[in-house]
Amino acid sequence: MIPYPFTYHRAGSLAEAETILKASPEAKLLAGGQTLIAAMKMRLAQPSDLIDISGLKELSFIRAAGDAIVIGAGTRHFEVAISAEVNRLIPALAHLAESIGDPAVRHMGMLGGSLANNDPAADYPAAVLGLDATIRTQRRSIAADDFFTGMFSTALDEGEIVTEVSFPVSARAAYAKFPNPASRYAMAGVFVAKTKSGVRVAVTGAGPCVFRVPEMEAALAADFTPHAIAGIEINAADLNSDIHGSAEYRANLVGVMARRAVAAAQ
Amino acid sequence: MAAVSLTVNAKPVSLETEDRTLLVYFLREQLGLTGTHIGCDTGQCGACVVHVDGRAVKSCTMFAVQAAGSDVVTIEGLARDGKLHPVQEAFRENHGLQCGFCTPGMIMTAVDMIRRIPVLDRATIRAELEGNICRCTGYHNIVSSIEDAARRMDAESKGVAA
Ligand SMILES: Cc1cc2nc3c(=O)[nH]c(=O)nc-3n(C[C@H](O)[C@H](O)[C@H](O)COP(=O)(O)OP(=O)(O)OC[C@H]3O[C@@H](n4cnc5c(N)ncnc54)[C@H](O)[C@@H]3O)c2cc1C
Ligand code: FES
Ligand code: FES
Repeated sequence: MIPYPFTYHRAGSLAEAETILKASPEAKLLAGGQTLIAAMKMRLAQPSDLIDISGLKELSFIRAAGDAIVIGAGTRHFEVAISAEVNRLIPALAHLAESIGDPAVRHMGMLGGSLANNDPAADYPAAVLGLDATIRTQRRSIAADDFFTGMFSTALDEGEIVTEVSFPVSARAAYAKFPNPASRYAMAGVFVAKTKSGVRVAVTGAGPCVFRVPEMEAALAADFTPHAIAGIEINAADLNSDIHGSAEYRANLVGVMARRAVAAAQ
Repeated sequence: MAAVSLTVNAKPVSLETEDRTLLVYFLREQLGLTGTHIGCDTGQCGACVVHVDGRAVKSCTMFAVQAAGSDVVTIEGLARDGKLHPVQEAFRENHGLQCGFCTPGMIMTAVDMIRRIPVLDRATIRAELEGNICRCTGYHNIVSSIEDAARRMDAESKGVAA
C-alpha cells in the first residue's frame, strides 16, 4: 500500500516544527508513525507535509520532579517500560507501556502520538486519566479530565503540540487489560489509582473514549478492595459492540478488570 | 524526492527515493534485498522486521526517509563470512520454519529479543513474538529455536556475535 505523496521534514527543534505546522494547514506531525503511517497507507489520511518530531531530544526524557514523573511526548513506549525511574515510582505505568502492541511497535510509538490520537482502545489514556496527569503543550497545561473529548478527539487546538505529561506518583496503582487476542489493543482496560484527589478508575477499550467510573471510585474510597466494587454494574448502553465482543460482554469485562486492578494495587 | 543516505548491512547507501517510499520497498525494490518480506502490509505480521539503529522495527510502517542517517540491518546482514548467525543456525536445526515466509522477520525479532533480555524462558519468548505471525509452524519450534539460539549465544558470550 502506498500513501498519497507528501513532503517530509525532519524538525531540528520544536520551534521549527511549529513554524512548518503554521505554514502548511494540511501538514501533520509524525511521531512514531505506528498509527499515522497505517492511516496514510490506507489513504484515510492525506497530509501535505509530515513534520518528523521523533528525533527531538527536547521531547525525549523521563525525569522525576518532586511527587511526579514528567515524561516527554517523544519518549518511546519501550523507554517508559524499561525506565528504572518509572518502575520505581509508578510501576503500573511501566507495566502498561510494556503491554502496548508488540516489541517493534514499542520501539517506535511515542507517548505524545498515542495521546494525540486518542484511540478508544489505546492504553496510555487510561493511565493519564487514572493518575490525574497533566498534559502540557507548547501553549498550556491541560488536565486529564479535560483532554480526552471523544472518539479520536482531544482538547488539542490546531497546531498544538503535546510536549510532556506530568504523572503524579502513586504507589497504589495498577492497570489490568484484557487484550484483543489479535491486535493486543484493549477490549477493556482499567487503570485504578489512589491519588491526591482521591481514588480514580479509568476505563479504556470499552467505550468510544476513555472514561471514569464514579460509583467505583466512591466505593473504593471507602474500602479499597476488589470486594467493594463487586456489585457495581456498568451500563452497557454506552459501550462498544463489535465482532470482538458485545457491549454487555465489555460491561462485564470492565468489572472483572477493575477488580483485578484493585487486587494488583494492594 | 530526495537522496536518502544510510547504512545498510554495514555498507553506506545513498539513493534518490520519494518521501512516501516505505523502508520495506526501499530495501526490496531499490536495493534488491528481498529477504525482508511483506506479509500483511499493515503492521501486524512482522514479516518485514529489520533493525534500525539496533532495534527491531516493522519496515512496512516506516518511511525510508525516517531512516536517513541510521544503521539498518536486514536478514541478509546477519551471516558473517559465509557462516550463518547462531539464530539462523538454530532455526535450521530445530525445524523453526516450514514455508519460510515469516522466517526473516522471526529471526530479526529473535536477535533483538536475545540482545535485550538476559534470561529468556519460553513464556517470555512467546510474549516477545506477539508481533510476528506464522501460518505454518504453530510456533512451537520457533520458540525452541530461539531458546536454543539464546543458549548458543550465551555460550559464545552473548551480544558480541550479533
Ligand atoms: C500492530 C500495532 C499494535 C498496536 N497495539 C497497541 C496497543 O495495544 N495499545 C495501544 O495503546 N496502542 C497500540 N498501537 C498504537 C501505538 O501505540 C502507536 O504508537 C500510538 O497510537 C501512536 O503513537 P505514534 O508515536 O506512533 O504516533 P503517530 O502515528 O506518529 O501519530 C499519531 C497522531 O498523533 C499526532 N501527533 C504525534 N505526536 C504528537 C504531539 N507530540 N503533539 C500533537 N500531536 C501529535 C500525529 O500528527 C498523528 O495524527 C499499536 C500499533 C500497531 C501498529
Ligand atoms: S508486512 Fe510489515 S508487519 Fe506485516
Ligand atoms: S513458516 Fe510459513 S509462515 Fe511461518
